[in-house]
Amino acid sequence: MKFLRRFLARLKNFASGRRDDKRLREEMQEHIALQTEENLRAGMNAEEARRQAVMKFGGAGTVREDYQAEQGLPVFENLLQDSRFAIRMLAKSPGFAAIAILTMALGIGATTAIFSLVDATLLHPLPFPHPEELVRIEDDLPGAGATDAGVSIPEFKDLQRSGIFQYVVLEIFGSANLTGASQPSRMQYEGVSPAYFAMLGVKPELGQTFDPQDQTPGFTLDVVISDGLWKRAFGSDPHVVGRSLRADNDLYRVIGVMPPGFRDPGRTVGERNTEQWAALNFSDDPAQAPSRNVRLPLETVGRLKPGVTVAAAQSQMDALVASLREQFPGDYPADNKWTVRLVPLKENLVGNVRQSLILLLGAVALVLLIGCVNVANLLLARASARSREMAVRQALGAPRKRLVRQLLTESLLLSLLGGVAGLVIVFCMKGLLLRLIPESLPRLNDLSINWTVMLFALATSIAAGIIFGLAPARQAGRLNLTDTLRTEGRGSKGSRQQTRTRRVLVVTEFALSLVLMVAAGLLLRSFWDLYKAPLGFNPQRVMSVQLWLPSPNDPKADIYGTAAQEAVFARELLRRSRLLPGVQEAALGAEPSIPLHHDRNLSALIVEGRETQKQPPTVERSQVTPEYFHLLEIPLLRGRLFNDGDDEKAPQVAVINQAMAETYWRGEDPLGKRLKVGGGRAGVGQRASKTWITIVGVVADARTESLANASVPLIYLSLYQETPKELAIFLRGGLNASAIPKEVQAMVQSVDPELPVYGAQTLDDAVSASLEQRRFSMAIVATFAITALLLAALGIYGVISYIVSERTQEIGIRLALGARQGTILQMVLRQGLGLAMAGAGLGLVGSVIVSNLMAGLLYGVMPTDPLTFVGVTLVLTAVALAACYIPARRAMRVDPMIALRYE
Amino acid sequence: MKQKTDVLQGTLALMVLKTLDVLGSQHGYGIARRIEQISGDLLAVNQGTLYPVLLKLEQEGAIASDWGASENNRRARFYRLTKEGRKQLQVETQDWEQTAAIIGRFFEVKAEDLP
Repeated sequence: MKFLRRFLARLKNFASGRRDDKRLREEMQEHIALQTEENLRAGMNAEEARRQAVMKFGGAGTVREDYQAEQGLPVFENLLQDSRFAIRMLAKSPGFAAIAILTMALGIGATTAIFSLVDATLLHPLPFPHPEELVRIEDDLPGAGATDAGVSIPEFKDLQRSGIFQYVVLEIFGSANLTGASQPSRMQYEGVSPAYFAMLGVKPELGQTFDPQDQTPGFTLDVVISDGLWKRAFGSDPHVVGRSLRADNDLYRVIGVMPPGFRDPGRTVGERNTEQWAALNFSDDPAQAPSRNVRLPLETVGRLKPGVTVAAAQSQMDALVASLREQFPGDYPADNKWTVRLVPLKENLVGNVRQSLILLLGAVALVLLIGCVNVANLLLARASARSREMAVRQALGAPRKRLVRQLLTESLLLSLLGGVAGLVIVFCMKGLLLRLIPESLPRLNDLSINWTVMLFALATSIAAGIIFGLAPARQAGRLNLTDTLRTEGRGSKGSRQQTRTRRVLVVTEFALSLVLMVAAGLLLRSFWDLYKAPLGFNPQRVMSVQLWLPSPNDPKADIYGTAAQEAVFARELLRRSRLLPGVQEAALGAEPSIPLHHDRNLSALIVEGRETQKQPPTVERSQVTPEYFHLLEIPLLRGRLFNDGDDEKAPQVAVINQAMAETYWRGEDPLGKRLKVGGGRAGVGQRASKTWITIVGVVADARTESLANASVPLIYLSLYQETPKELAIFLRGGLNASAIPKEVQAMVQSVDPELPVYGAQTLDDAVSASLEQRRFSMAIVATFAITALLLAALGIYGVISYIVSERTQEIGIRLALGARQGTILQMVLRQGLGLAMAGAGLGLVGSVIVSNLMAGLLYGVMPTDPLTFVGVTLVLTAVALAACYIPARRAMRVDPMIALRYE
Repeated sequence: MKQKTDVLQGTLALMVLKTLDVLGSQHGYGIARRIEQISGDLLAVNQGTLYPVLLKLEQEGAIASDWGASENNRRARFYRLTKEGRKQLQVETQDWEQTAAIIGRFFEVKAEDLP
């Protein structure tokens, strides 16, 4: 209390700048006058009385100083004084200040930008209350080689009863045609257990969400919609609650609208863009009859009881699984090794981008560090010019501590100004930054410059200021007074020590740049290898456009219910597609047949003769029309492709790829082998095959699933025999990419006006888009590396110029004594090269460590790729030589006469 | 050296409070004089050090001050104890007595007294 009061009083004086010197002076005068009178009464003469009084009072100066210190806040006052002085010093050399501030602004700005990305994705990935309680529940059957194999309804009930969770919900994702508006469109929906919103802890913006206790079996016709859908389909109608929407020809009633920022914490972009939620109790139709070993393609998410850690919940879960396995040995054969994993939802969301983001943060931190080193170098150069000033001030009695503090204040001021400028840059560039970020980066939050980010920028600025201010400040602290004052009389030369510090700084800079450049080089090579990898299909002049056939709950409303009905539509669609302007070839396929499409469609595979496997392997399958392979130029290796005769009346046939043949029929002839597919993570619109399907052909592997992996086993089925709901039209020819969406839409809607057409893209774009995350990391790291290289080049240029100017006289003497210009050039270059080499050596060691850490981000190159390492070292050396060449030439051209007279 | 000043400062504050408690409102010279009379030569020199202490006490709220007229009818700053200062004095007096008692006992105890 007392201290606070005193502090406040002092703060008030400090803030108001009030210095009540008058009062003290008056009191002192009065005091001395009273004492003098006393002394006079004691019999002294006037002069002696006054002298004694003043002596008794003591040092008036000290008293006044103490009094003033008591009145104000000396620490702040010094700081203020130092800051004022620092500002004056910087204003006196605006060029230096501008360069230093700009360097810091770029460094801190870039670091802050990347940090805001890390903040939004890694630090606060889930914008829900108590996000640490949210877990994804995944069932594994390691014995059958299946991970995240889905959940059965009795198991779900077990989870609800287990007492581990506050809520457990099932989710199923899908998409539907939204009709009724002027133009039909596609919409992502999610069927969820009624407790979904209660579990996430999010309230609706309008209306209400589902009652978590709701036990109504099956689908309810009440839906909650996203803010986006509300704006898109209902024109932000404030009275939307109670209005209806038509999805896949079914009528739903809107009961609530979610707030703008709400997104499902899903794993894919599609899942995160869910626009409609329907409540679904998985105890009745359309869910299958409860049986323990019928695993449904559903996602399970739960919220743990408050205060329970994931590890504790996992051990409870393990106990539950063990007891269930004992209780139902028939459903859980021991060799399947059924286990249930609890994965923090956050981990599930960001696990695969963490490495990339940390790499970026590391890279940008290196750039900042290099920036700091450069500014430190500049400051050292200034310090040598100011060493006389420092020496004089010290000689006049300034304590070293005070001088060091003042220099640190100066560098902190520089870095804080840089930080502010950096934040301004980030604010201005936010739009650009957002556009650079690939959509596949899991972000539930909007990128924002929030307090955490601001605090980070502040902390970074202070750290940077201390880092680059330390060397010059130490130097000032160690200043040798007499030497400095003596030598400074003639010209301004830094001490040996200073030159050494600057060399160390340059070596550091080179080492850091090398690390960054190796990282960038490796990423570039990975990217290039992926980019140049033979695709196995030809994306050029091909476009794909998607449409979706409705699959209403009411079978009578389903006009595409049977294969026969759908095949008619498909054939008509194909016929009309060929008539579009520029089209030379056309084909149809299911959505998963679109090359590099992210949604996967894994189905259980049963191979004839190997049916006994309890848990069948899964395989990627899609349906295509016969023209598909020719259009994409995927060559046939054996057997035959589909033909128009492979329709619903003919026996069902399949074409597989080379990888599939290698995986399941190694050393055998796959032609004529029979299999069944289905029952996997299917979603709506997939029917399991009942009859055996005969393999009639093998096609070459193509990178249609992933650019990084050419040998994903694939099964193609004839689209006329098994018709998917999610269709893609493939067109090849001299297409007008901007006109095609409209033309295809008109064409499709001339057949059925209720069908939305979406997702038009050229395959070239699809290929390029699937590289975007890698391109993003690579581009950023490469930018950083180039910046680092430039900064390092500037640094070495500065140091060599400095050394040359210091040795002008010596060089002059050498030249006068007959040294050849070439020798001088070599001498200077050798000095620069020495620094560069020392840096490169250190950098190589660092690079090996860093590149091994980022091995997971590489494709096709070893972390210790010799080409990259050697190449980067050569580039760095070349740049160092180029940077030294300018001062070296200056050294060579030194006129001995001038140089000798100069001093 | 520094420590000695600290102790002095602390005890000086207590002496000021006690002086004002006994004498009532008093100016700086009066306080210094009183302390000198009682403490002997502790404040015989450097009487000026009293003023920063007075300011500190005032900023803490233990004392208050006003201009008034001194004995010879000149303007002087008069200090007086506030209610809080009286409380503080009470507390500090107790503390002081306790400390003094403990230290006193330490000085009394000789090696042979220890069990």
